[in-house]
Amino acid sequence: MGRLLTRVFFVVALPVVLVAVWWAATDGSKDPFWPPLRTILDTFPDVWTADRLRTDVVPSLLRLLGGYATAAVVGVALGTVIGSYRGVRAVCEPVLEFLRAVPPPVLVPVIMLFAGIGDTMKIVVIASGCVWPILLNTVEGVRAVDSVMLETARSYGVTGMARLRHLVLRSASPQIFAGLRQALSIGIILMVISEMFAADNGIGFTVVQFQRSFAIPDMWTGILVLGLLGFLLSVVFQLVERRVLGWYHGLRATTRRS
Amino acid sequence: MRGGNFALGAAGLAAVLALGEAVPRLGLVDEAYFPPTSRIAEALADEAGDFAFWSALGDTLTGWALGLAIAVCAGVVAGVVVSVVPYLREATASTIEFLRPIPSVALIPLAVLLYGTELKSVLLLVVYASFWQVLIQTLYGVQDIDPVAEETARSYGLGTWARVRHVLWPTALPYVMTGVRLAAAVALILAITAELVIGAPGLGQRIAVAQTSQAVPEMYALIVVAGLLGLLINVGARTVERRALAWHQSVRGEVAV
Repeated sequence: MGRLLTRVFFVVALPVVLVAVWWAATDGSKDPFWPPLRTILDTFPDVWTADRLRTDVVPSLLRLLGGYATAAVVGVALGTVIGSYRGVRAVCEPVLEFLRAVPPPVLVPVIMLFAGIGDTMKIVVIASGCVWPILLNTVEGVRAVDSVMLETARSYGVTGMARLRHLVLRSASPQIFAGLRQALSIGIILMVISEMFAADNGIGFTVVQFQRSFAIPDMWTGILVLGLLGFLLSVVFQLVERRVLGWYHGLRATTRRS
Repeated sequence: MRGGNFALGAAGLAAVLALGEAVPRLGLVDEAYFPPTSRIAEALADEAGDFAFWSALGDTLTGWALGLAIAVCAGVVAGVVVSVVPYLREATASTIEFLRPIPSVALIPLAVLLYGTELKSVLLLVVYASFWQVLIQTLYGVQDIDPVAEETARSYGLGTWARVRHVLWPTALPYVMTGVRLAAAVALILAITAELVIGAPGLGQRIAVAQTSQAVPEMYALIVVAGLLGLLINVGARTVERRALAWHQSVRGEVAV
């Protein structure tokens, strides 16, 4: 019981102190850009009503989900192909390195040319930014599949889909998840940026709108919403990862102990 | 073997460039959207002769380097202090986990209000985004200290500072370098994003201007420059990493093989 309490104390203490400091430092603040935390929190329920959640947050999340899922499928599929064949890998490597090095947000103007400013543009932008970390990590993961296991699978006649599912993708999955994690933060960045460029709804659009109309407390609530969203998505990601990679973490823990 | 790979890679690159030339010429996509490689190369040459381009490149690099330097110093110092001081690590864990996933672009509106299109607003975003990469890696690195080495240093009576210098730092350095490499890439993304969205002077702003003025080949040329810059930064970061860790097993092992 005592240990649990100490743990809870450690988790909660610093956030409480920080919020208290923020509250105290801005209380009665006259600086228009740093409104009192009280005002921000008072504004919060007025701004982020159920209606706004439906018209702004849900479309943003759907775009993110669409782009991210596309990137995951394309990245893992292409990555598996490129990782499995040495020749293909040698041909593609410099081009992939270059494409990965292009900062994803600069693709927004290019994709706007092709796809206009609708939802397609945003999904494509998100997908085209997220795909690189997933692809390159999949290539690395597939490349590093244990050759003894590959031989064993071959001699037991495990081929085709079964080989791919149970051996190749399985043993590459820790790497693939590392890529998916990097892609998630890029995805959120691109979701916000694509909406800041041209949109009529979405969280990014709304926050910029508040800023332009000098509705400063409202803008702050938008920043808080983006922060909460990033935090929630990373929690969800960790839960999924723990489920899918449970076997791997267990294995690592055992080897470490021995 | 390496020579063969190099030739194959060059062939791949040449094939992509040729495809970029052929597809718009054959009318498969509209030339107004996707200019052929030669037009992009021409625009690139024009840019290279333009003083404004070089000053924009300089602005971008300034924002990147300054932001990265601040983030690395702050991240390393914070990481070491948090790990060395008892209980601080446990006390900060939840806050770090909460603050880290906040997308730095959420700060764009605030940066605009506070600093407008000055360098400071670029720095705000760059530092916020790259700080976490360095901090987290430093924390991981310090955690990796060999307890035997630590106990040995203690029993020989080394003080806190000497232990940080001779035990903690060499253990953490490989992790820190990974953090710096990741942070260098993130810093470039955020520097160019800030210029693109906020309009701070730099490559990103030139891309935005080229886009609004329908100068499509110039836009592609600038994007190529941004990509090359990213590539150089990646290669540079890896070289620095290898130099700084020349004594370390992971690097020495690589050379021996």
